[in-house]
Amino acid sequence: MTDTTTSRTGTPVLTAATIAQMVEWAVPQIARNLRPDVLAGLKAARACETHPRAQAVLDQLLANARIAAADEVPLCQDTGYVWVELEVGSDCTVPGNIFSEVDAAVARAYHGAQLRLSMLRDALLDRSNTNNNTPAFTQLTFREKPGATLHVMLKGGGSDNASRVVMLPPGAGLAGVKQTVLDAVREKAPNACPPLLVGVGVGGNFDKVSSLAKHALLREVGSANPDKQLDAIERELLASINATGIGPGGLGGHSTALAVHLQTAPCHIAALPVAVNLGCSALRSLSIALDAGRRR
Amino acid sequence: MSSAIELELPARREALKLLKAGQEVRLFGPIYTLRDAGHQRTLDHLKQHGELPFGLQGQALFYAGPTPPAAQRPLGAVGPTTASRMDFATPALLAAGIVATLGKGTRSLEVVQACQQTGSVYFAAVGGAAAYLATFVTQAELIAWEDLGTEALRKLELNGLPAFVAIDTNGGVLVV
Repeated sequence: MTDTTTSRTGTPVLTAATIAQMVEWAVPQIARNLRPDVLAGLKAARACETHPRAQAVLDQLLANARIAAADEVPLCQDTGYVWVELEVGSDCTVPGNIFSEVDAAVARAYHGAQLRLSMLRDALLDRSNTNNNTPAFTQLTFREKPGATLHVMLKGGGSDNASRVVMLPPGAGLAGVKQTVLDAVREKAPNACPPLLVGVGVGGNFDKVSSLAKHALLREVGSANPDKQLDAIERELLASINATGIGPGGLGGHSTALAVHLQTAPCHIAALPVAVNLGCSALRSLSIALDAGRRR
Repeated sequence: MSSAIELELPARREALKLLKAGQEVRLFGPIYTLRDAGHQRTLDHLKQHGELPFGLQGQALFYAGPTPPAAQRPLGAVGPTTASRMDFATPALLAAGIVATLGKGTRSLEVVQACQQTGSVYFAAVGGAAAYLATFVTQAELIAWEDLGTEALRKLELNGLPAFVAIDTNGGVLVV
């Protein structure tokens, strides 16, 4: 589905136009259609939920997903900021202007699909609306695996506000990491539109750790962590979170979270960075594999 | 869902007094959308003129920034935003005559006390159910501050929008 060209050395080249087209196509899809794994998670939660108010809330969320898809309206009034990440494999080439057409694509997509315009010119100096939901937040990462993947996420303000980065002392260990996650949930989950997807990053440095937590949200709900130790920690944290009683909508019940996803990385001897990125019940993202060059 | 109490807006204090935290309600009638930037402007107006602007006295506020019209409805999606971000202004607005607020999440002790002192109620609706909640909005009219875009002051007409009593007039709080 990609429109790539091939460089003189035979390496597939991703173009700014390709990326912009993908983003423009993805934004309305994501805004209106709940991620299938999240939808399945909500259905499973509804089947297990015994709290009457929580059942009513989950019924509203399931009705919401049906209406949004059928009537082509946004799942949530907060249609987010746009986060775009391009993961580039070792066999691909990207030009320096790879994201140069993304903002124009975002503006067209938001106006075309009647989405909410939520971006301001400057956080401190000029809080006036840009009136086209730009700029998008873009980042480029490189990987060994061939090909490329484009991740697009529309992230709401409420769940991002409920997220945090904590620089723990290494002595805090696993217990400290678990406590950080549970503190974030106990203090902020009611504001973040539960049932949540809890993305946890551990390691890296102050800036990388939040990226790990965000990446964790991209993983399929219901999938096991490939690392057995991490998988066990995820299950334990999920059980603890669902024992808080916060419930769907923060209105009581057992289904406070659908999943906890943990991603770890190397770090400095003095460090134990932890990031908790809360994903709401309308977590909106899409990951598109760009099989660059395969068609040629 | 059948046990929900039907409440007509603008709500009379006597009707609000009967509500208890945790009860499910269906809201009918007018409600005004107002969120972060609009709260600052309302507070500024209140300080300068000693009263609420645009006839907000006696009315209810919905903390929401809707999406534009869609699917033959006045708003494509509209749902509650985090109420605690408005806590800085809420005690003053309740004292000035706002009788009810609608949002999501928990609120400060100051807001609980202000609800008790003024006989006001805070309702919580389900965050993330905005396509569903928009089906209970029959009209939307821009009242002021168009420059704020989605954050402008709008008057909505509700037809049974579902919510829960999260803080009642006795200072009772929905216990999860």
